[in-house]
Amino acid sequence: MKNIFNKLKTGLAKTHRSLTNKIEDIFSSGASYQEIMDSLEESLITADVGVNVSMRMTNWLKENARTRDIEELKCFLRDSVRDILKRCQSPLDISKKPCIIMAVGVNGAGKTTTIGKLAARFKEEGKSVLLAAGDTFRAAAVEQLDVWGKRTNCNVIKYAHGGDPAAVAFDAVKAAVARDVDILILDTAGRLHTKTNLMEELKKIRRVIKREITEAPHEILLVLDASTGQNALNQAKMFNDAVGITGIVLTKLDGTAKGGIIVAIADELKIPIRYVGVGETVEDLQEFDAKEFADALI
Amino acid sequence: MFENISDRLGVIFKRLKGYGRLTEANIQEALRDVRMALLEADVNFKVVREFIDRIKTKAVGREVLESLTPGQQFIKVVNDELTSILGGLPADLRFGSKPPAVIMVVGLQGSGKTTTAAKLARYLKGKGRSPYLVPADVYRPAAILQLRRLADEIKMDVFADDVFKTPQEICREAMRVAGVMGHDTLIVDTAGRLHIDEALMCELKELKGILKPCEMLFVADAMTGQDAVNTAGGFDRELDITGIILTKLDGDARGGAALSMAAVTGKPIKFVGIGEKVDAIEPFYPDRMAGRILGMGDVLTLIEKAHEAVDVKKAKEMEEKLRKDSFTLEDFREQLHQIKKMGSIENILSMMPGFKELQKSHGVNPDPKDLIKIEAIINSMTKEERRKPDVLNGSRRKRIAKGSGTTVQDVNKLIKQYLQIKQMMKVFARSGSRAMFGRTLNAFRGFMPS
Repeated sequence: MKNIFNKLKTGLAKTHRSLTNKIEDIFSSGASYQEIMDSLEESLITADVGVNVSMRMTNWLKENARTRDIEELKCFLRDSVRDILKRCQSPLDISKKPCIIMAVGVNGAGKTTTIGKLAARFKEEGKSVLLAAGDTFRAAAVEQLDVWGKRTNCNVIKYAHGGDPAAVAFDAVKAAVARDVDILILDTAGRLHTKTNLMEELKKIRRVIKREITEAPHEILLVLDASTGQNALNQAKMFNDAVGITGIVLTKLDGTAKGGIIVAIADELKIPIRYVGVGETVEDLQEFDAKEFADALI
Repeated sequence: MFENISDRLGVIFKRLKGYGRLTEANIQEALRDVRMALLEADVNFKVVREFIDRIKTKAVGREVLESLTPGQQFIKVVNDELTSILGGLPADLRFGSKPPAVIMVVGLQGSGKTTTAAKLARYLKGKGRSPYLVPADVYRPAAILQLRRLADEIKMDVFADDVFKTPQEICREAMRVAGVMGHDTLIVDTAGRLHIDEALMCELKELKGILKPCEMLFVADAMTGQDAVNTAGGFDRELDITGIILTKLDGDARGGAALSMAAVTGKPIKFVGIGEKVDAIEPFYPDRMAGRILGMGDVLTLIEKAHEAVDVKKAKEMEEKLRKDSFTLEDFREQLHQIKKMGSIENILSMMPGFKELQKSHGVNPDPKDLIKIEAIINSMTKEERRKPDVLNGSRRKRIAKGSGTTVQDVNKLIKQYLQIKQMMKVFARSGSRAMFGRTLNAFRGFMPS
């Protein structure tokens, strides 16, 4: 646990530093209370928390924390972020057999990589995992998942490039049942949430799975790139409207000043956040922890 | 929040009617709104602050031009300033004097480098160059295969020698092969990496030394948030990039990252990616991006598309018909054809200011199938009916519905819309040169479900 925390903290170090530095700057310069609050708001916005949530949080601070003590203010802010995130901290339940997980998201969010890492994780827990290459659109996407299948020693259900992703899903569900595997993870092609026809395709995939196993897919994971700005909210909303997102994975948290948008998403949509990706290795995909995240952010 | 900032500013400036010039006091509220709009659009906070200061200096004391309201005047100042930071005029690629010209494509993971490399190759081939694609991403599984597949798809030569394992080896050998094969342009796709990853940034510097590129293009996701200044700034410091390519602009991100990156690096944005297909790349137009960031819609692109699609001669004929008030359902069908040539409906509508708001609040979602339905209905009419819709009585409508596989309600709706459009068009026909564009737009509003 300790190790995970450190990793997360290192990943978020830059955000953390810039935020803390700013806060400390304000206090050493003898700024007015309003200036302090403005700067706190700025710091949150700079971390991609979003204008709305940032303003609400600083307004809350103004009303509830009549203090000028830097540590106290930071503590308030941290608690308030944690409270928002806490509601969305709920680990992925993989007890159903077969547990069918479907990964969705915009292009380049990191779906295939996340699936590879999840497969490795579940294998380590002693589960049998089947992968399905539902991205039949992007060139070499099937091969990319296949490489992960070999790495993690999982079988991959695949069609030729250009095939019908719903057919892949159908075969994969059948295979999962026939082969008695614990978990099936289905990859899908990246799509922008504004493309109506592609969102319809996603609905169809979901329908096909549901027809085979009524309560499936047990998890529809939205994979989000942590460096995305306010558009991530739109993504979450529209994917949710289309197929009903049951969990979020926040990837690429190992760069600079990232991740604040998840606070806005948690605040508005209250979708569980399952994992965060804080690095390249398999172990770097970690279960989401609201407290750690808030502590690392502020 | 403010999908359309010009509307918001309109409200603010209504109160200022009668003021002859912009003052610090009367633009205070407007500045706050611009600030909010920019932050909502993901423009970096620091960039916003500097920008607002510049606007203040430029706007205060400005006389309001006779032809403009104070609101328009203010918007003009904001828009001009945005455009100038974004680079003013579209920037071209440079190829240097000694072939082969090398273009390196760099960026974070998932920004769209590989797809962009293929798009660029196709674009440059269209411009008469002979590009050679070089996949140098040896890290992501199947990345090299991805570029090879794309190259096959667009019939482009690609470096495909598996003997060479490191990016350095691949680049050296590709340079040699390109010379032998007579290619004048190398497009090198590199692995995605973080700007703070020292080892991988070092590798890029080495590749730069080997390739001596004329263009070092930073590929960035248009949806990027505040961090854009750090990533673009980081790549620029390490590699001295020569330009930026903004990808995934076909979504609904306002794309404030473009402003952040242009401001921080001072480098031009050269291209934008606007779709998954290999031809979905366009030169970057700063003025259009400025409008998009402010939430004013991409009206210029729309106008241009309308111009491309609308046959001038046919438009003239149509105008004639409008003057004589003889716009028939047959003409309507012709207009539908022209609109279809402009591209997908969702694409066109997304360029219109305020549409996204409408989509969100009213769930307006134009279905391409509606177009087909309308055509089917018109096709099921007799020539007489198309020319004189007045003759359409109940039994005729029933027949048409049956013939087109629709319902009488659909037929009724279409006729109602046609009459409305006809009415609206009369107004536009009188307003001269803008008529063609206005008509096209209006024809098209007709079949949005109301």
